[in-house]
Amino acid sequence: MEMDITLTVNGERIAERVEARQSLVDFVRDDLGLTGSHIGCEHGVCGACTMRVDGEIVRGCLMLAVQCDGSVVETIEGLSDSGELADLQAAFEQRNALQCGYCTPGMLTAAQELLKAGTVPSREEIREHISGNYCRCTGYHAIVDAIESVAKARMGAGT
Amino acid sequence: MKPAPFAYKKPRTLDEAIALLGENPDARILAGGQSLMATLNMRLSAPSLLIDINGIEGLGEIALKDGAQNGVIEIGALARHVQAERSETIATHAPLIACAMPTIAHPAIRTRGTLGGSIAFADPAAELPACLLALDGEVDAQGPKGKRTIKAGDYFQGLYETALGPQEILTAIRLPAANKDTRVGFAELARRHGDYAIVGLAASARADGKGLKDVRLAYFGVGATPLRPLKSEAALSRGDIDAAVAALDLDPHDDIQATAAVKKHLAGVLLRRVAAQLMEQRA
Repeated sequence: MEMDITLTVNGERIAERVEARQSLVDFVRDDLGLTGSHIGCEHGVCGACTMRVDGEIVRGCLMLAVQCDGSVVETIEGLSDSGELADLQAAFEQRNALQCGYCTPGMLTAAQELLKAGTVPSREEIREHISGNYCRCTGYHAIVDAIESVAKARMGAGT
Repeated sequence: MKPAPFAYKKPRTLDEAIALLGENPDARILAGGQSLMATLNMRLSAPSLLIDINGIEGLGEIALKDGAQNGVIEIGALARHVQAERSETIATHAPLIACAMPTIAHPAIRTRGTLGGSIAFADPAAELPACLLALDGEVDAQGPKGKRTIKAGDYFQGLYETALGPQEILTAIRLPAANKDTRVGFAELARRHGDYAIVGLAASARADGKGLKDVRLAYFGVGATPLRPLKSEAALSRGDIDAAVAALDLDPHDDIQATAAVKKHLAGVLLRRVAAQLMEQRA
């Protein structure tokens, strides 16, 4: 079964015909060529496909493309191009918070969600927040360092 | 993996959704989809039709309503975890739900997942079914024969099996609102924060002088449904934590996460933690 959907992806209005069973992450990767959102487990455990729908982070593998008819979708490409994540991306690079990079788009998107709260979370809170994003390289320590440093820098800049 | 092909319909009314269920006996209801999509992706389930109820108005409210004695918290079937997490009504009047919420999966899943969906799916290791049972809540369902209300104690019938009929849709869950005598406790052990619990325990009670009464304990992850250890509840009402632990009569099976012996041991550990929470809160 195929259906027509209209949605906004990274600020661009898109009209496409999709199969009902197509997941959101397959749609953005295969139909739109936005391959920054990664596919890991395809059952909601690994977090590699984390993206934003209508301003909130979701699992791209646990939502259907047809469910996004009328929605605003933001992928790592959009979040990166807008500069919203620039300091976080720089901190990940400086602190070696990535090695293979497979988890990184999802990790950045999830981390930004926490930082949007506008407070400096404890390291424990950071770990809890990113508990839904698997990283098999870093052991997480450097990721927590990077997120914590950006949280402090953003708060410092705001005062 | 990718799901097997299915058709997709998004009805605008409950009656339409109920009719679709009648015409398509193997259809599945899509609410938050955070369990359903995973089972479809793994091809554990291959329905011919998904009935997306997200377009039905009026199912997403969380509200404090008048009840027979005290207030009642009514949570519409489409209220999402994130909504409950941010709700003042839940924080004030349903503290057990507020305690459980951060342990349910991860933020990106709580964005979509619904409380009604969790209760309808009835995963034996999930938090909310146990909370519903511990709070002696109710489930509202609507089907071709109209509406009915099912008590939590009658609702969970077996592994992923509930009292909902094949053509019934869960429309709301209702919980007694907390008052100054309400005591709640919640604890779970999981390998990773947000994963399904190895063992978990949700509890409610009422303060009774220096003690507790009406203790209700609901374990999850140790059987086919959330389970109440009645003898332990009675012991805890007498204030005897050691006796409550000794009286635990759970009979868990080995699973991928832990052996039955480990689960039984952990159930006792959690009971002590939750008993301390129930008693600690006394003014």
